[in-house]
Amino acid sequence: MPVKTFRAALNEALHQEMARDPRTIVLGEDITGGKGATGEKDAWGGAFGVTKGLLDAFGEKRVIDTPITESAFVGAAAGAAVTGLRPVAEIMFVDFLGVCFDQIFNQAAKFRYMFGGKAVTPLVIRATFGAGSRSASQHSQALYPLFTHIPGLKVVIPSTPYDAKGLLIEAIRDDDPVIFLENKLLYDTTGDVPDDSYTIPFAEAAVLREGSDVTIVAVGRMVSVAMDAAKALATEGIEATVIDPRTASPLDTETILEMVEETGRLVIVDESNPRCGFAADIAALVAEEAFDVLKGPILKITPPHTPVPYAPNLEDAYLPDAARVIAAVRRVMAHGE
Amino acid sequence: MTDLHALPMPKWGMTMTEGTLVDWLVPEGALVEQGQEIAEVETTKIANAVEAPVSGILRRQVAVPGASVPVGGLLGVIGDAETTDAEIEAFVSARVSISAESDDETPAPRLVETVGGPINVLSLGGGAGIPVVLLHGYGGDLGSWMFNVDALASDRPVYAIDLPGHGASPPRAASELADLAKAVFQVCDALSAPRVHLVGHSLGGAVALTIASTKPERAASLVLVAPVGLGREIEAEYLTAFLAADRRRPMKQALGLLFSDPDAVSSDMVEGVLRSKRRDGVPQALAATLEGFFDPASGQTQELRPALSGFDGPVTVIWGDVDGIIPPAHADGLPKTSEVHLVPGAGHMPMMEAASAVNRLLTAHFSSADRSG
Amino acid sequence: MAAMQLPRERLREAYRLMRTIRSFEDRVAAEMATGDVPGNTHLYAGQEASAVGVCMHLTDSDHIASTHRGHGHSIAKGCDPAAMMAEIFGKATGTCAGKGGSMHIADLDRGMLGANGIVGGGPPLACGAALTARTLGTRDVSVAFSGDGAVNQGTTAESFNLARVLMLPVIFVIEDNGFGEATASSYAVAGRIIDRALGYAMPAAYADGTDFFAVHDVMEEAVQRARDGGGPTLLHIETPRYYGHFSGDADTYRTPEERAALRRDRCCLANFRARVTEARLLEAEELDSMDAAVAEVIDAAVAEARAAPLPDLFSLTTDVYVNY
Repeated sequence: MPVKTFRAALNEALHQEMARDPRTIVLGEDITGGKGATGEKDAWGGAFGVTKGLLDAFGEKRVIDTPITESAFVGAAAGAAVTGLRPVAEIMFVDFLGVCFDQIFNQAAKFRYMFGGKAVTPLVIRATFGAGSRSASQHSQALYPLFTHIPGLKVVIPSTPYDAKGLLIEAIRDDDPVIFLENKLLYDTTGDVPDDSYTIPFAEAAVLREGSDVTIVAVGRMVSVAMDAAKALATEGIEATVIDPRTASPLDTETILEMVEETGRLVIVDESNPRCGFAADIAALVAEEAFDVLKGPILKITPPHTPVPYAPNLEDAYLPDAARVIAAVRRVMAHGE
Repeated sequence: MTDLHALPMPKWGMTMTEGTLVDWLVPEGALVEQGQEIAEVETTKIANAVEAPVSGILRRQVAVPGASVPVGGLLGVIGDAETTDAEIEAFVSARVSISAESDDETPAPRLVETVGGPINVLSLGGGAGIPVVLLHGYGGDLGSWMFNVDALASDRPVYAIDLPGHGASPPRAASELADLAKAVFQVCDALSAPRVHLVGHSLGGAVALTIASTKPERAASLVLVAPVGLGREIEAEYLTAFLAADRRRPMKQALGLLFSDPDAVSSDMVEGVLRSKRRDGVPQALAATLEGFFDPASGQTQELRPALSGFDGPVTVIWGDVDGIIPPAHADGLPKTSEVHLVPGAGHMPMMEAASAVNRLLTAHFSSADRSG
Repeated sequence: MAAMQLPRERLREAYRLMRTIRSFEDRVAAEMATGDVPGNTHLYAGQEASAVGVCMHLTDSDHIASTHRGHGHSIAKGCDPAAMMAEIFGKATGTCAGKGGSMHIADLDRGMLGANGIVGGGPPLACGAALTARTLGTRDVSVAFSGDGAVNQGTTAESFNLARVLMLPVIFVIEDNGFGEATASSYAVAGRIIDRALGYAMPAAYADGTDFFAVHDVMEEAVQRARDGGGPTLLHIETPRYYGHFSGDADTYRTPEERAALRRDRCCLANFRARVTEARLLEAEELDSMDAAVAEVIDAAVAEARAAPLPDLFSLTTDVYVNY
């Protein structure tokens, strides 16, 4: 089984889907890099290298570098989607959502519903997210709760290279608008990734570990934080189930509830801000549906309700880490004693 | 002279790095026979029993039930009555301080190029003996033989293959029984194995029978484990549920039907099957394969008893006596030259559910086949 | 060909469409006054020649993106007035099954990408439809209708730029009715609308929006340019807006005299009638009989809309996604 990086897995997904379906195009800023300049073509292949090589393979009509005009090209991607293409548009940093959110949440997300079921909008918007790279407040946010909140959007957050490729292929083949979020610190992580094309269904959580004492739910880069915590807890005799929902919308509530039924305890690790965040949503859901099986309060490990700071010590304190998860699990294990 | 033997956590399958001791099956101080099952171990893939490597007294249960032990780590100590506790302590400390090797020598499966396309093969063993080719069943993969490959590899090459559209083998456009048999010929050619012992489970058994009837010169002997092709009846629920399942819960339910204890199906096993099935082209290939041997109205459509009767070489038939997929009664009325063994308490996967028993049957079959071949 | 040379059937069609829009909008205003129509509407009356002069060059495979003032564009693009009326009444038989309302009337089969409740929402979408045409190698074009308010929006500016950079087959039709809601464009628009095209090296043309023939002719050139791969054009069409911004707008920021003068002196239907009868292209009687026919169509549309059922409650949660 070949081992590939998260970045390479995404690149492969794009290559394979663009080869399979001529209606698939990619557009965004510097997705090749060097357009109009005198030097190297495809100089960047995307700000994080995810789209490298696509220009050579598919040409400039299908691999489009755009001016820095998110509202125009994200809106154009929406318009193209509803008229017969399958565009994959990139917002370089999810933080730039602000300048094009209307096209996403008022246009693309709502065409199908407000046009009475006749529109099909097979749009994918890829965006990088996440703190930890010392990129400060406007280049480090998570923001997936904002998308999850919008009916009509699907929200995908892969945590491994295997998941990244399968979920991106699934997203491109999906006929609804999909926001595909890539944690920027995961691009260099590696894992087994088959050469074949494959898909992973949405609303299908990955159960990474099974244990009977506590259920830990985590997405994106927080999955590895949860797994580190689970390994450490195992040495104290506390066995944790770790679930990665993989898609915030649609959400695999069944698996979460199934696992909480078995353990009676839930801790959620999430790097989005706490107010109206992803963890808050899952906590409310479980509290409503599984109240009687809970042995203790549902605990959320999230950043504080602040922007992302710049100084390394502050940013490290901002992000959830395994120690905080372990402390939370111990706390809920001790509840009632 | 004291004689102490370590009981290590075994390695089952390529990806296993640790196991959990579920429980001891004998108390400390009990006399155990070599081969006797003395501990129940669970991995992320499956649960199975660990056998005593030697006869003696189980002097120390080092691991406690529920403990996670790395592969190679110390589960217990077998010795004689004379060994002192102090010597046992010393042995245990010394053993525990040896870090478990990450077993880089364990072979990994690899894609073998054949004239019809790549086939994933796990190759073990070696030597001059006639090779054994292991053929899994519908929806399975070479991991079905994870508890068997090591036992067979001591004196001959062992090839566990993923049939087209299964495991890591790409799907093929043509995937009915004859096509699967052709794939096996192709991979045997690629492995320079013109004549092999065929061990086939379920659909793999039907593939083995097809080979035996179309190209008997390539089959040195047959071991059929709950094979397709010897009767009409087959549990449609498994077939349709497996084909339809593209998510964890329904797949777990479908796979549970294969075992006498459905809890034997772990998340890892389910994930492995799903990963294979989610590849492009695989669901279509699996549907075509199914149509090749099953009709919802009439059940199994391939009549392979004549193939069995017509085969000259040694034949062993193994069946779990509580097989809920294909009834063990299909083993009735076979030619007297076929050796039929029922495995008590096993469902449709006796080679996993009762691995030690099946390994003994397999080893005996090959010894006998070598002598007569 | 120049509009004055259009064959009779096409001239009749132009008149029929403009008259349908005018009657539709006047009737919607009347129905709104009864209190039986939910929400608000934004009426297009006065601007008919713009929609019709533009859309007569388009087929079902060309796309238009519209505005909140979209009834005129919808009718000109071929949407069924009865289905539109039903949609405005919020009925299950509406163009959007009652799920969208006046501001979201759409018919993708007719290339109508929807009226849009967001000022400036249309131009990027039209760029997208043009991108589809370019990618698939059709000779289709798209039109972004915008108002003098939307022309200031960042989305519009970005769309001009993107359309030029990618040489998209899109035509930006700025319908300047003098008001962005209650604020005059003479105040809110810096510089001249047509000059904005210069900033993007984009060809531009102006037409009096009460003159069907003028609109038709500037659009002809723009469509040809787009179909031939020559990229986008900006059309500045000046039109009157007879009603207030929305159905509840008392429109006191215009004097009653001003509003009356618009209807009297700047009417594209009257202008069309005068032109075609004088040039003996069409007879007054046939225009009159078309007026009557249109009135019947509108009456029927209202009757059907009133009689139609409201959407089933079940449809509240349908069509959020394709598969659930």
